[in-house]
Amino acid sequence: MTDRPLKQIHLAAHFPGVNNTTVWSDPASGSHIAFDSFRHLARTAERGKFDFFFLAEGLRLRETKGRIHDLDVVGRPESITVLNALAAVTERLGLAATVSATFNEPYELARRFATLDHLSGGRAAWNVVTTSDAFTGENFRRGGYLDHADRYTRAAEFLGLAREFWDAGEAGVRHAGPQFEVEGRLSLARPPQGHPVVIQAGDSDEGREFAAAHADVIFTRHSTLAAGQAFHADVKRRLAAYGREPDALKIMPGATFVLADTDAEAVELAAEVRRAQVSPQTAIDFLEQVWGVDLSDHDPDGPLPAVDPVPASTLVQGRVRHGDPLATAARWREVAAEKGLSSRELVIEVTGRQSFVGAPATVARQIDEFVQHDAADGFILVPHLTPGGLDDFVDRVVPLLQERGVFRTEYTGSTLRDHLGLPVPERRKPAPDSAA
Amino acid sequence: MTRPLHLSAALDSPGRLDAGHYAALARIAERATLDFVTLDDSFAAAPQRPDALATLARIAPLTERIGLVPTVTTTHTEPFHTSIALNTLDWVSEGRAGWLVGVSTTEAEARAFGRRPVAPADELWAEAADAAEVAARLWDSWEDDAEIRDTATGRFVDRDKLHYVDFEGRYFSVRGPSITPRPPQGRPVVAVPVAAADLAPDASAAGRARVATAIRHADVVLLDAPDRAARLTAATELRLRSGEHLRILARLDAALPDRAAEERLLAELTAAGTGVDGFHLVPAEPERDLAALAERTAPALRAAGLLRADYPGRTLREHLGLVRPASRYAAAPAAGATDSRTLAEVTR
Repeated sequence: MTDRPLKQIHLAAHFPGVNNTTVWSDPASGSHIAFDSFRHLARTAERGKFDFFFLAEGLRLRETKGRIHDLDVVGRPESITVLNALAAVTERLGLAATVSATFNEPYELARRFATLDHLSGGRAAWNVVTTSDAFTGENFRRGGYLDHADRYTRAAEFLGLAREFWDAGEAGVRHAGPQFEVEGRLSLARPPQGHPVVIQAGDSDEGREFAAAHADVIFTRHSTLAAGQAFHADVKRRLAAYGREPDALKIMPGATFVLADTDAEAVELAAEVRRAQVSPQTAIDFLEQVWGVDLSDHDPDGPLPAVDPVPASTLVQGRVRHGDPLATAARWREVAAEKGLSSRELVIEVTGRQSFVGAPATVARQIDEFVQHDAADGFILVPHLTPGGLDDFVDRVVPLLQERGVFRTEYTGSTLRDHLGLPVPERRKPAPDSAA
Repeated sequence: MTRPLHLSAALDSPGRLDAGHYAALARIAERATLDFVTLDDSFAAAPQRPDALATLARIAPLTERIGLVPTVTTTHTEPFHTSIALNTLDWVSEGRAGWLVGVSTTEAEARAFGRRPVAPADELWAEAADAAEVAARLWDSWEDDAEIRDTATGRFVDRDKLHYVDFEGRYFSVRGPSITPRPPQGRPVVAVPVAAADLAPDASAAGRARVATAIRHADVVLLDAPDRAARLTAATELRLRSGEHLRILARLDAALPDRAAEERLLAELTAAGTGVDGFHLVPAEPERDLAALAERTAPALRAAGLLRADYPGRTLREHLGLVRPASRYAAAPAAGATDSRTLAEVTR
């Protein structure tokens, strides 16, 4: 630690999403669709000299019990279109869109990201995700037939092909692989960044390997310092096999925060925010996700359901169901019994605890510690309010990070690769009839 | 002829990939108080150009009133993505989005996707009609007042006001609802290119399919006719078949290298009895020709009472005098509940 220079922190801003982290019931909560909200958050991030602004994706409205989930924010714009508009009202901020490699074709998506990179002067990033569920597939020509295992195979070939399109000059691309057989040339010159920055989100073994092979940034789950260090070490270790240096992949966990004048006030405020995030109805919804049965008659202020969960339930669609429901229920019952919690209090206790809670100095110190101790290279911050949720962080925490000498006071480059310290990739000459 | 003209212009600039260029052109067109600008697109390798919808989204915050109408093709794209991208263009421009429907007819474009062989143009236009149908259903799939934020019941939306579209056609099926709330205009303006020959008795199958798409889905037809007589015949035929709501804008070359060319264009624009609602001007050199249009042609048209001096409305529908449509899924409104603002525009 002591004999190496301070690591520089990378920061990104995640537009508040469509899960219960986002508090829509607060009087300060604005529109989730009006362009002004996107403009405000992006400009705030740029005022704070952030690396990039991040948009998630959802291609079908979530459902519970066969009906559209109505308890959280519903509805979002098409990401790349919003980012192109944001390029007009920002100058340096990176612009990252999450886009599925399953429900798009390489030629079109390569062209759309090349366009965003050109029109933003080299600020585009693509968070490559895969989807395989037939539920989402019902909105698309392709349907939803991909096996889970094929998802990363398709994503890897898709991304490789996109890179070929970005690199190809007049000669164009000819590609015949297991997933794609295409031939063509983009109507755009090579993007200013060579290739837009590639982000991979996900912590699975396959996801880590994909990131080590292909990504510039990995968007991971925030956890303890020790878990972060283990993840960091594991992912960085994998890079060598692909001939990549440890610095070539930035590890950026998603993190939430609550700020107040003092640590004690922040703890109080954090509890208030969690109550707003878990309404009585949301508490029941959480129980249903684990139990897999209709609990609409269950009293959120009473104890946990007496019945056991149904493991293979399809009650909930379009959302990831984590872990073994029986084990989760057993653990929740233990916590509830130990602390004497009602169903709603239990859900508040076990879900969505904020990553950083405290006075600005405390939060700045914690963030810096994670980075200096190699548990992360930076964070993708997820505010709980639109559009003002990042204001305090930028006004009160960023200056302290700058004082510590671990965060830029001005942008030194113009492209997102410049901000992340990533070189423009070498132009690769694709072999004729390249295969995956 | 006392009705003002509806005027639009193409911004197409082969070889230009910089946003500043397109923003500058759109601002000139806005000075000329045109209803909208178009930007063409395809998946061909040439000419060099950026994605059209992205480019118009990029310049939306840099303009205030002018309509933004990109070509978006339907042959190799996902109708769901097309619908939400156009919807989002309407959100970022605060109600100024339109869609010039296009298809991909070439072997080269088909190979770039490798998903299907090239198909006959009449089939591609039938598919385009399905894509337009799905897009419109998805725009309608959120009723305007679906977002309720009811803290008492913990509900952000009233899900009875979100609707599955359940489209099943020959080429694709889409379940819905949209992921994007209903756009400011209700539905972005849909434009379809039609040639006079498409309306002739001996029209090609592709031409007939294009006309069918226009009749069923277009708010605006961009009409390509070789001369004034053909224009009048075609416009009359279109109006007979589609009704009064359709705005027909005739394509007009607008190369304006000198005052003589400007005079000829002005004579063409002010000629009576052409049967159309206005014109879609296609410059040869966009910077030069649009500047001439804004500095001299537009003032001359205003002096003749044929062009408004500013934008009385904010949305593209308002510029075109088109009503904001109710969602097809909404319960019929009570009598007298029609949107009076857009009605005023229409009856102006």
